[in-house]
Amino acid sequence: MEGSGYSMNQVLIKAANLSKDFNRRPVFRDITFSLSALSSLAITGKNGAGKSTLSKILAGVMSPTRGSVTYRLNDKQIDIEELKHHIGFVSPYLNLYDEFTALENLQILSKIHAPTRQNDVRTKELLNSVNLWQRRDDPVSTFSSGMKQRLKYAFALLHDPPILILDEPSSNLDEEGIEFVQSIVEQQKRKGILIVATNNQQEAGWCSQKIHVGIMSK
Amino acid sequence: MNSIASIRAMVAKDVKSELRTRYALNALLMFVVTSVATIVFALRGDEPNIEILSGMFWVVIFFTAMAGLSRIFVSEEERGTTLTLQLVASPSVVYFGKLIFNSGLTLLLSSAVTLLYVVVFPTFVIKSMSIFACTVILGSLGFASAATLIAAIISKANTKGTLYPVLSFPILIPLLMTVMKLTSSSLEGNLFTAVLGEFQILVSYVLVLTAGSHLLFDHVWKD
Repeated sequence: MEGSGYSMNQVLIKAANLSKDFNRRPVFRDITFSLSALSSLAITGKNGAGKSTLSKILAGVMSPTRGSVTYRLNDKQIDIEELKHHIGFVSPYLNLYDEFTALENLQILSKIHAPTRQNDVRTKELLNSVNLWQRRDDPVSTFSSGMKQRLKYAFALLHDPPILILDEPSSNLDEEGIEFVQSIVEQQKRKGILIVATNNQQEAGWCSQKIHVGIMSK
Repeated sequence: MNSIASIRAMVAKDVKSELRTRYALNALLMFVVTSVATIVFALRGDEPNIEILSGMFWVVIFFTAMAGLSRIFVSEEERGTTLTLQLVASPSVVYFGKLIFNSGLTLLLSSAVTLLYVVVFPTFVIKSMSIFACTVILGSLGFASAATLIAAIISKANTKGTLYPVLSFPILIPLLMTVMKLTSSSLEGNLFTAVLGEFQILVSYVLVLTAGSHLLFDHVWKD
């Protein structure tokens, strides 16, 4: 798949007064920040503080109870319908299809995502980089949790997104996998926006800015 | 045009997934066979009249559809792939992809029930094929459009299995009444022009329900 095809340093995320309630129980309140290209943000907080919830809101797959997130590209606001072309997302609760092979997963999902931008070379390159090319024709159900996590990275990077959101980026990964994630993180910091939701101090240290979420930590 | 290609890819994904996992297909076919067998045993050789046969025809389709169509979203939710779809497809692409898949599944199911009824009940003779074919096609589309939205709603609920027929029934009453009447007409051999009014109701029902479901789906899908 070809890259997004625009100048990466023109991306901007602006979150204004974000609040989220679940069944009237507040998760976090009034979170405001802005991120421009080549910047990175670590979202930290206790278990249940709302790190994953905030990540989902920033990825555009969940609505905040109050507040808004705006995304701009080359001084033009990105429509919410178009957001999926600009965001890559990895998290432990994101699953790929067990009944399909690794290669089929990437091909099928990229066909749904951007049918006109199929690129088998990019798919092969990514499967190679996550060390799964040899296992490309095996069903995902036969993969270990670490291999599934690496496949999620290939899925997130398929469309070369300018915004990459990683929730617990190193979960289930061995040392080699963590090194791979660090290389992804370094690449992303050089070309776009990186957001990491984590409790791990080392992972939080990858980012230049930090935000602590949780209703008690306002 | 991109959206149409995405919808096509979405349907292809669901068909491929269904052929590999048989998540809904096996359950639906077994349900059809057991329901029709139960009716045959209950009748003990009696030959029911056309109205009763038409009613039972759609009762089997209703309960079988309720048993299988909810899987389209429940399976995504159970496997944790809902988020994956949210990341790659817009709500419209997901809705129409799932609607087309469910329509195909309901049509397949209706065809299987028709085949069994023709074989098992000697009085189930389709005299007006045009009325019957249009009724089954529009009825299946109506079932699928109601079922797709309700499936998305219940996939987020805790009591998935029981909630589905309960929520669907009030929405499907107008459809059930109309398709039962039209099926009777097709067995009686009425002229197509005599039942045009019923078909107008059916077409309006399908259009209104599909448009309404599409508008509501965005809210159901995102949170």
